[in-house]
Amino acid sequence: MNAAPPAANALPKVHYLNVDYGIRSWLFTIDHKRIALLYLGSITLFFVLGGLFATAIRLELLTPAGDLFESETYNKMFTMHGVVMIFFFLIPSIPATLGNFLVPMMIGARDLAFPRINLLSWYIYTLGGLFTLFAILSGGVDTGWTFYTPYSSTYSNTNVMATAVGVFILGFSSILTGFNFIITIHKMRAPGLTWFRLPLFIWAHYATSVIMILGTPVVAIAIALVGLERLFHIGIFNPALGGDPVLFQHLFWFYSHPAVYIMILPSMGVISEIVCCFSRKKIFGYSFVAFSSIAIALLGFLVWGHHMFVSSQSMYAGMVFSILSFLVAIPSAVKVFNWTATMYKGSVMYNAPMLYAMGFIGLFTMGGLTGLFLSTLATDVHLHDTYFVVAHFHYIMVGGALMGYLGGIHFWWPKISGRLYPEAWARFSALIIFVGFNLTFFPQFILGYLGMPRRYHAYPEEFQVLNVMSTAGASILAVGYAIPLIYLFWSLRYGPAAGPNPWQAKGLEWQASSPPPTHNFPETPVVTEEAYEYYPGAEADRV
Amino acid sequence: MATLVHLAFLAVLQQGLPIVPERASSVAKQIDYLYYFLTGVTLFFSALIFSLVFYFAVRYRQRHPDERPQPIHGSLGLELLWSAIPLGLTMVMFFWGAHLFYIVRTPPSDATQLYVVGKQWMWKIQHPEGQREINALHVPVGRPVKLTMTSEDVIHSFYIPAFRIKMDVLPGRYTELWFTATKAGTYHLFCAEYCGAKHSGMTGWVTVLEPADYEAWLSGAPAGESLEQAGARLFRQHNCHTCHEAGPTSRGPSLQEILGKQVRLASGETVVVDEGYLRESILQPNAKVVAGYESVMPTYQGQISEEGILQLIAYLKSLTRAERKAQP
Repeated sequence: MNAAPPAANALPKVHYLNVDYGIRSWLFTIDHKRIALLYLGSITLFFVLGGLFATAIRLELLTPAGDLFESETYNKMFTMHGVVMIFFFLIPSIPATLGNFLVPMMIGARDLAFPRINLLSWYIYTLGGLFTLFAILSGGVDTGWTFYTPYSSTYSNTNVMATAVGVFILGFSSILTGFNFIITIHKMRAPGLTWFRLPLFIWAHYATSVIMILGTPVVAIAIALVGLERLFHIGIFNPALGGDPVLFQHLFWFYSHPAVYIMILPSMGVISEIVCCFSRKKIFGYSFVAFSSIAIALLGFLVWGHHMFVSSQSMYAGMVFSILSFLVAIPSAVKVFNWTATMYKGSVMYNAPMLYAMGFIGLFTMGGLTGLFLSTLATDVHLHDTYFVVAHFHYIMVGGALMGYLGGIHFWWPKISGRLYPEAWARFSALIIFVGFNLTFFPQFILGYLGMPRRYHAYPEEFQVLNVMSTAGASILAVGYAIPLIYLFWSLRYGPAAGPNPWQAKGLEWQASSPPPTHNFPETPVVTEEAYEYYPGAEADRV
Repeated sequence: MATLVHLAFLAVLQQGLPIVPERASSVAKQIDYLYYFLTGVTLFFSALIFSLVFYFAVRYRQRHPDERPQPIHGSLGLELLWSAIPLGLTMVMFFWGAHLFYIVRTPPSDATQLYVVGKQWMWKIQHPEGQREINALHVPVGRPVKLTMTSEDVIHSFYIPAFRIKMDVLPGRYTELWFTATKAGTYHLFCAEYCGAKHSGMTGWVTVLEPADYEAWLSGAPAGESLEQAGARLFRQHNCHTCHEAGPTSRGPSLQEILGKQVRLASGETVVVDEGYLRESILQPNAKVVAGYESVMPTYQGQISEEGILQLIAYLKSLTRAERKAQP
């Protein structure tokens, strides 16, 4: 059932990892693959940090009384969990690691269009990260990751400025990455690689890059304005100074709703690659999957007001944002149906990446469908700012984006490291994560409809049972995340050599050796066929 | 970990696990029905996708590593079908949700008017008869109640899960929330918008009383002066009457029967006089001056509390009502 690894593979003599040694060779590298690994290291550190905050939150919520932390400390915990996980893990996650590594390889290029700007974007990310770490170490911040005014601009006396500066700086790294991807995809495709032969991973990253470029400046401006009001008392958001507090919400969500698609679209790209490879099938409805990414990216800019149905926004504006939010659900549904149909009459293998992909399809479906409860005006009035919302977006961001990320890391691990990860452990942890995830977050849907507000340090006793379930699930989930961290490190040294194409997958990245040489391809490849051409009887797939 | 799961399941067995909160308002049942519909659609499609993925994974599992199934490029008919069905279903959700939203956002004209001021971290409520409550709200069964709400500091959100309603409470402006309670009992009142250190302590109880019990509560609670009386006292105390009640030659427009009226401004625009306009005109008198008057009124920012402004508004509303009563 497995794609059997060709026997007696050896790592190539010279590849991007051993071409040069020493810390300078990493800090001054302009190789997109090495930069991807710099990002991989950074975002893993932030993921662990964000996970520690999540652990603290779940432990506090084990009992109804606020007895583990002071309320001020708890508020900082959930704020920093959100800031770290969203800005420093989820937004860069797939684009900055897998995207950086694979966009040039998938289109047959030697690097991104602007390798130095690519390195610059990592330094900017690191600088933003240092500001945020400073904010955390110097007392933390308690505004919630949403920075709602006038609380953030006037009332909070925590370290809002350092965090805001960190997030502001970080935005530029995102913009540069998006800009680099768009130009690379336009200008550097291998001969014969027309738009409709591109892997769907590339379409997804193109759509993501558009959002990064168009949306990120707006959140940067919004955060800069919060800083101006905080430092110089310029009245922008605080009504006491003549400002409008709801204006901030408009600016913030104009970016932060599309940002959800920055997190999920690359994951969708990963899932398309994995489902095709492990079903040995061409994607069902290529152009529908490709254009649904673009449709999501564009429609995603028109739905921000669904975060504001009870904010004092007019009733009719609410209705417009509601109907537009339903429309953006359609392309997401189309993708789910197409992935499922791709498995039909396929040749399905149960490797770990495929388990993650199947998990993604199921959990994203649930996450997407529960989004309908929040686009529906009357139910959102009741559910807004309750645990239902918390459950919904964790199904999208953890059940969806993170499952896709882990699936992708496993799928391309042989390409990145040149070695195979231990398959049995990987399947086991994928299963643990699926179970732990559902036990953690499913009870929160019910908590939300029962009326438990989010960001509560202490809560009424009748909510305890569901909270205990959730905390129990979180402890399972933590184990599930720890296992891959251990065996992936282990495999760097002890994993068997993978060979160029252990999955017998299609796609140009699999034509290069594993790990690839610095310039990826000795000769520019020429593309003569569409993506995912797993021909009947084509044993020639084995390179 | 295992112990926790064990404890949780024991608790479920003993207490049962409700999935909807109590229904205590006129809209709760309708919103629950919509919720059940959405839940049904969600369960159906989740089950469909889960079982298809599972079935395909088993039915079409790889039997030989070199197996290469026939490619299927897609099907326009299927794409249209699985775009059209979600589109149709979501449009049902939209209209159903928008219809109920309209009801939730449109208070009946005969609703009893209460005033809410939120501040870090408490809810202050004023009844028209003069009763004041903190973190508690007493209302009768069966009578529509409208809350006009504002905040003294950051954004809060007034949330009663048993009524299925919620509305943000903002500094610098008024928002409205209305409901008709249908069942006597005591229900949670939560602040739903994160508002700082003691956000989770900004809670209280809504007590719904049978009409007779409500009357008893009203007469039992210390009332003092009614809101209108308090407003009239403030009106004199701040000398508002010197300009606004001096007849045709006065420096300010008459405030008799102005609520809900459209007035022309010095700028040429027109504005409908509502609570928000009155509040603005007390705090920033020069922002929207009525045509024909000089901008000579001083600001009362910092001199009148949010609750005081609401009392003044209650008084000005009574002037309108008195006129209306007198006319027929």
